[in-house]
Amino acid sequence: MAPESDGRRLPAPFLTAGTSSFSDFLDMAAPALQPARMAAAGGSSPGGPDLPHGTTIVAAICADGVVMAADRRATAGNMISQRDIEKVFRTDDFSCIGIAGAAGIGIDLARLYQVELEHYEKLEGRMLSLEGKANRLASMVRANLALAMQGLVVVPLFAGFDEDREQGRIFGYDAAGGRYEEHLFHSIGSGSVFARGSLKKLYREGMSVADTVMACMQALYDAADDDSATGGPDVARRIYPMVAVITADGFSRLSDEESGTYAQAVVDGRMRRPDGPTAPLREPAT
Amino acid sequence: MPFYVSPEQAMKDKADFARKAITRARSGVVIDCDAGILLVSPNSSRALHKFSELYDRIAFAAAGRYNEFERLRQAGVRYADLTGYQYDRQDVTARGLANWYAQLLGTIFTESVKPLEVEIVVAEVGQTAELDQIYRITFDGTVSDEHHFLVMGGQTEQAAEVLKERYSEGMTLGGAMEVAIAALAGQGNGDRAEITGAQLEVALLDRSRSHRTFRRLTGARLEAVLVEARSAGKAPSASPAATSTEGTGSEGASPEGAGSEGASPEPGKPASPKPGKPASADPADGKSD
Repeated sequence: MAPESDGRRLPAPFLTAGTSSFSDFLDMAAPALQPARMAAAGGSSPGGPDLPHGTTIVAAICADGVVMAADRRATAGNMISQRDIEKVFRTDDFSCIGIAGAAGIGIDLARLYQVELEHYEKLEGRMLSLEGKANRLASMVRANLALAMQGLVVVPLFAGFDEDREQGRIFGYDAAGGRYEEHLFHSIGSGSVFARGSLKKLYREGMSVADTVMACMQALYDAADDDSATGGPDVARRIYPMVAVITADGFSRLSDEESGTYAQAVVDGRMRRPDGPTAPLREPAT
Repeated sequence: MPFYVSPEQAMKDKADFARKAITRARSGVVIDCDAGILLVSPNSSRALHKFSELYDRIAFAAAGRYNEFERLRQAGVRYADLTGYQYDRQDVTARGLANWYAQLLGTIFTESVKPLEVEIVVAEVGQTAELDQIYRITFDGTVSDEHHFLVMGGQTEQAAEVLKERYSEGMTLGGAMEVAIAALAGQGNGDRAEITGAQLEVALLDRSRSHRTFRRLTGARLEAVLVEARSAGKAPSASPAATSTEGTGSEGASPEGAGSEGASPEPGKPASPKPGKPASADPADGKSD
């Protein structure tokens, strides 16, 4: 696996001063492992083979940090290719990434990004700033542009706790690597339009973690309600949305039971009111 | 080179050169205990570390010339991360890393004019103490598999004696710390009062952690362990001697063959944990560690 460095005995890429970026190292040592480099030449044209795609991710800032949640469905064309896919990944103690778009590329991108952050931390002896992490991800998404033009678009949503500012932050991206900070909440993927509309009415600034998780669950339900590619809570199979919470204490993932409790509450509420909670029609007089 | 130098002489000169440099380095102790694998070394620098994380359950420790072992550390992190990314996280092992380092150091020793003046240790914490792995790799690429504890750097002989005498299986973190400090102080008991947390670099591969187990013990956490160590030192020693055998024999079987024993004043001494001599060099000479 270690590349022969043109006849010399020492594996040069390992010993050069180089950068602290694992992705840059991979370019030197094993370029074939770069997810963005895979088949950048041939590949599918838009509308080619139906590969699994991840769908809806939502994230919202709360008083103590940030919450990210995702439905569990992956679709390939009109087929449901997986019912319990996980699209939110812990990237380090204080950040996570959600992936929408071509799942094969996206999951590898998330994995590479995890190694990238850890690699930097080990080589430099300190963690990247949240700003630095967000910028690094932007350039990695941009590296995938050639594949994106062929239809294998991957768009991540990045959320983390900024230890300097002591607050949660959310960053959205476009396929060209554009990086946009979102200040309250954001969603990506096929059901994102419905989820964002729902969050817009349910979100309040400074909510507790529990309330924010509930708002995200409602938003995912609304997305699943109107978008065929987004999966709702699967009560029969006990498959519920995956929820990640990042606070000053670090990353934690809600267990299936915890997530199920929130999901069940949403489902019970919808039994009475299928369209979910309503927002006040007029601003209360001040 | 203008003159003929026999290979034996060339290798011997290189080995002598490297060994001499390493005996000047400060010692470090790697020791296992119920909490994990503890790494202790005198080091007044807060930033230039002798111990660091290679992978989830694997630590790197080194003595010798800083710029050289730092380069090896970076190479090891790259190797580990590449292997873990290419296959799976569980496929990165201390044995694999130790072999890789041995190849690297062996190549550098034979092919370059100046050998690396370093001694490195790769340690992996297991689910239980029996599954812990500690490997020592010397400047010429010799690997040895050590059991339970080792001393690296210069001045190892006295320290290794202390460890052999005081080590017992299943020690607590405080107990292991006490033994390590005693070994570094060069005596079995007493005279530890002068060692404070600020003079030590301490790290732990924490057995109880699940993902990345390496953590540095600094500040209040280190003080707590030191207090524990002092009380462990006052308590009557429960077990006088280690029942387990240290991996000294593996080192005695001399590594690279030709000429490695040449400089040792006690060439035949098999119990020596390192082929190096116990060094008259000043242990306070921190320039090279």
